[in-house]
Amino acid sequence: MPSSFKDEGFFSHIRRIEKMRDQLNNIKTQAENELSAVTAIQELENLRVKFLGKKGELTSVLRGMGSLSAEERPVIGQLANEVREFLENKIEEAKKRLVNSERNKKLADEVIDVTIPGKRKILGTKHPLSIVIDEITEIFLGMGYEIAEGPEVEKDYYNFEALNIPKNHPARDVQDTFYINENVVLRSQTSPVQIRTMQSKKPPIKIICPGRVYRSDAVDATHSPIFHQIEGLVVDKGVTMGDLVGTLEIFAKGLFGENSKIRLRPHHFPFTEPSAEVDVSCWACGGTGCRVCKNEGWIEILGAGMVHPKVLEECGIDPDVYSGFAFGIGAERTAMGRFNIDDLRLLYENDLRFLRQF
Amino acid sequence: MKVPISWLNDYVDINVKPEELADALTMSGSKVESVEKLGEDISNVVVGKIISLEKHPNADKLQVSQVDIGRGTIQVVTGAQNISVGDYIPVALVGSTLPGGVKISKGKLRGIESNGMMCSGKELNLTEEDYPGAGEYGILILENGLTVGQDIKEALGLSDTVLDFEITSNRPDCLSILGMARETAVTLGVPLRKPEIKVEKEEDDVNEYASVEVRDPDLCPRYSARVVKDVKIEPSPKWMRDRLKAAGVRPINNIVDITNFVMLELGQPMHAFDLEYVKSKKIVVRRAYENETIKTLDDQDRKLDTDMLVIADGERAVAVAGVMGGANSEILDTTKTILFESANFSGSSVRITAKKLGMRTEASSRFEKGLDVENTINAVDRAVQLVEMLGAGKVCKGIIDCYPRKAEKKAIKFRPDRMNQFLGTSIESDFMVNVFRRLEFTVDEKQMLVTVPSFRPDVEREADLAEEVARFYGYNKIEATLLSGKSSTLGRKTFKQKIEDKIKNTMMACGLSEIYTYSFTSTKVFDLVNIPADSQLRKTIVISNPLGEDYSIMRTTTLPEMLETISINYNRRIEEGRFFDLAHVYLPKDTNAGELPEEKPVLTLGMYGNIDFYEIKGVLEELMDNLGITNYEFQPLKDNPSFHPGRTAYLIINGKNAGVVGEIHPEVAEKNEVPQRTYLSTVDVLALVENSNLSVNYKALPKYPAVSRDIAMLVKDEILVKQIEDTIRQYSGKILENIKLFDIYKGKQVPDGMKSIAYNITFRADDRTLTDEEVGKAMNKVLNGLKNNLDAQLRE
Repeated sequence: MPSSFKDEGFFSHIRRIEKMRDQLNNIKTQAENELSAVTAIQELENLRVKFLGKKGELTSVLRGMGSLSAEERPVIGQLANEVREFLENKIEEAKKRLVNSERNKKLADEVIDVTIPGKRKILGTKHPLSIVIDEITEIFLGMGYEIAEGPEVEKDYYNFEALNIPKNHPARDVQDTFYINENVVLRSQTSPVQIRTMQSKKPPIKIICPGRVYRSDAVDATHSPIFHQIEGLVVDKGVTMGDLVGTLEIFAKGLFGENSKIRLRPHHFPFTEPSAEVDVSCWACGGTGCRVCKNEGWIEILGAGMVHPKVLEECGIDPDVYSGFAFGIGAERTAMGRFNIDDLRLLYENDLRFLRQF
Repeated sequence: MKVPISWLNDYVDINVKPEELADALTMSGSKVESVEKLGEDISNVVVGKIISLEKHPNADKLQVSQVDIGRGTIQVVTGAQNISVGDYIPVALVGSTLPGGVKISKGKLRGIESNGMMCSGKELNLTEEDYPGAGEYGILILENGLTVGQDIKEALGLSDTVLDFEITSNRPDCLSILGMARETAVTLGVPLRKPEIKVEKEEDDVNEYASVEVRDPDLCPRYSARVVKDVKIEPSPKWMRDRLKAAGVRPINNIVDITNFVMLELGQPMHAFDLEYVKSKKIVVRRAYENETIKTLDDQDRKLDTDMLVIADGERAVAVAGVMGGANSEILDTTKTILFESANFSGSSVRITAKKLGMRTEASSRFEKGLDVENTINAVDRAVQLVEMLGAGKVCKGIIDCYPRKAEKKAIKFRPDRMNQFLGTSIESDFMVNVFRRLEFTVDEKQMLVTVPSFRPDVEREADLAEEVARFYGYNKIEATLLSGKSSTLGRKTFKQKIEDKIKNTMMACGLSEIYTYSFTSTKVFDLVNIPADSQLRKTIVISNPLGEDYSIMRTTTLPEMLETISINYNRRIEEGRFFDLAHVYLPKDTNAGELPEEKPVLTLGMYGNIDFYEIKGVLEELMDNLGITNYEFQPLKDNPSFHPGRTAYLIINGKNAGVVGEIHPEVAEKNEVPQRTYLSTVDVLALVENSNLSVNYKALPKYPAVSRDIAMLVKDEILVKQIEDTIRQYSGKILENIKLFDIYKGKQVPDGMKSIAYNITFRADDRTLTDEEVGKAMNKVLNGLKNNLDAQLRE
């Protein structure tokens, strides 16, 4: 039997425990009520101090524990800890609630009109002719071609004679040429680059030559005395006309889309034999006929052929050992077709409203 | 080359529709540019004969006519005034259609029924060229004696389909109906029927009437001629006129029409001389005398020179050989005796002559392609045969034929295997031989030799034979293969090409749009950009045959085109523009020594709008940075006449002048109609290429903190920022990391002639944290340097 039972204060002792228990429960209820009503972080801090601080209510209740017996202390101690833990959780909860609501308020204050235009950097644009030339160049770089360049003011020899177009050849009329003097011209085609390459390099040769060329055509919606060509040349042992067809097929698919088909028609160029004009199936209608292809389903894009044996010989390449093919495409016509440009003059006028569309 | 299908049908049986024929010929090498169906939009219009004409009871200007249309008479009300009873006229019957989609229906005109419409030439879409009188106002009066009720298209020769071919310069043989018939026959696989050429009756000997002497056989390898006497000049018959018209040639009279008919049919240009006007009855083929003149058929006086070949008589020139006849021997209505010339002239001689005289004729454009020397006899025989057929005169016996050196025939070795190897095909040798034979080549199968007919000068070697085989085999039957890559090549750009790409990309990233400009220009542009009269830039490559003064020289500066671009945009009210052009200038070298000019790539920048000098300079700095060029600087440039003397700089790379950047001179701005604040720059692209460094070497990120100090100072106005920065660099030692200008100020608190400049200077060492002491020492040196060297007053 506990000694205190002997004590006549036994009942008052019971009352003290009861009282402490009640006090703790009161603190719990009161704090819970006050916490639920709190609206600001500072208030919350005040409440924390009030209930849990060194001079707070819970502490002052616990101070009375000294009057309890050793058996009673753990009982009240446990209860006090439960209350503390409960309050700490509640405070944390309230804190979260307050932080959230304060953040929400801030977010609400910070609403902007997201439909106001963004701050843009002005980017420059690539000229449509460069776009076309670059795309064509890319396709052939991928097939192992190098890019060759040559002069625009060119010797008659490279522009004509070495290409099997002697003086007074009727083919010279077809391309009205600008002359500087009897022996120097503004190149009327990029083919002289082929001659220069073949004369300076041994086969295998795989080049494309993009460049500016000149013909004496008055300026109008479809003609310009200055325009751009991209020519290709392959010379090696055993190059066949079938290889030309295959190469042009890949090229057409690369430039005009995977479903593009090509068609070769016999033609005449002095520097190739056999020669062909090459049509691609219309990129607008796919070949069924429309306004773009003038209902033909095909659009002429290229000239091509097997390098003429006389041209090979002129470049010191034996046509009985080597053969080759060449082809040429006009950048202006391609760009006009690709981008639906109806007047060639736009390409050289450089109106910013035009340029910025590309 | 216009080919009426009806004419083609004389020599080859065409068993396909015109469109299919056009496709087939296009794919075998004769490109059809258009298929024209004559009279396609005319239907149910017939020949009518006016039986009676009465005044309309209710209208003064109308007449009521009864018209015989063969199967009856119809009543037509007309407003026409140029018709009389007995006239043959075209009548559009009820339900007919006319060009332009007009439909004729039954109707009443002022109460009187009208069952058709008489047509004018215009309503049938005819011109005076098509039919005499068709160009006149009023109803087309047809020639008498037509069959009443006949379809008007037959009556006018409009029922044909005409194919228009683009004939390439190497195939003069295709500039003839017979040549196209040959192509058609091989393409369709049907036989070719050549016309049978013979004369039934001949009188007198040709030598009694004329003689021919060829003095310059180098320019005239062959001259053949025949004579016709008792000529009766009259219109040629309808069938011949219809053919000529369909082929695009205007009928004139029987003799001229015959020469044109033979030219179209056989491809040999012909000429007919009135022998009465050929003095001494002698034809002399010779070079023209110095300053000789001739009046040609078009009534123009032509001055000739000694390079030109003429046909002369005993005294004077009567024709420019192969180009045009002379007015002095022209066929007239009174002509009695004629000489038909069927000659072969040197193509290049005719070409040069026609070019010099500025008269390209049907004949000259044929001769200059090089015609078949063996065709002259056939042609002249065909001409006299037609004379006989048409009853246009009596043919004299014999041919005058001057042909001193007979042309040799070419034989080409032919290796079917090699050809298949070349084409990437496996075509049977029989197929090849068959193609050659059908093209009238002779094949010796034992020796594998192909002999080429004289009308095919374009076929010279095996590759040419391969083309003949390929085009009839079908180009599109050749199997597409890939290059067999025995020796593969590496596809890549050169360093220069890579730098050019990088330049373009940097420009675009900086907001500049690429432009393309003409590389030839006018001599006037030098004044427009204030280039001095004695400047090297005025020495240019001159085009000898330019399109006009505006395009007459190759440019030596790109400024004018950039200014023009800015002007165009500015004048179209575009507020702001940034452009670049990567193109060439053309600097002449010693052309007498046969040297080509230097084609120098130049990068040109142009900007206007809300822009200042430092923006365009910033673009160049970005460019230097992107190209890995570090050794560059800008130095004031005060005496470039195109630019503002106080707002322009040289770009110096590695100690060498590599470009200019600045504001355009106000005078230049005015002259070129661009804003005053227009900024331009030109940069030598090769200098960029030479000094670029694209290799990247990673540098370790700093491990120790940086220390930064701000300083502000007062300096005299003329002190350049560059001098200050050079001084800071010089005195701050190895630990200097960066100098950043953050303020330049003039105005209150700054004395006149001075400016306040503020810098942020950052120090850092790779191997330690810098102490205050170290930094303080360096700063002291810097401050002393600024004070001593630049007289800078430091501001606290």
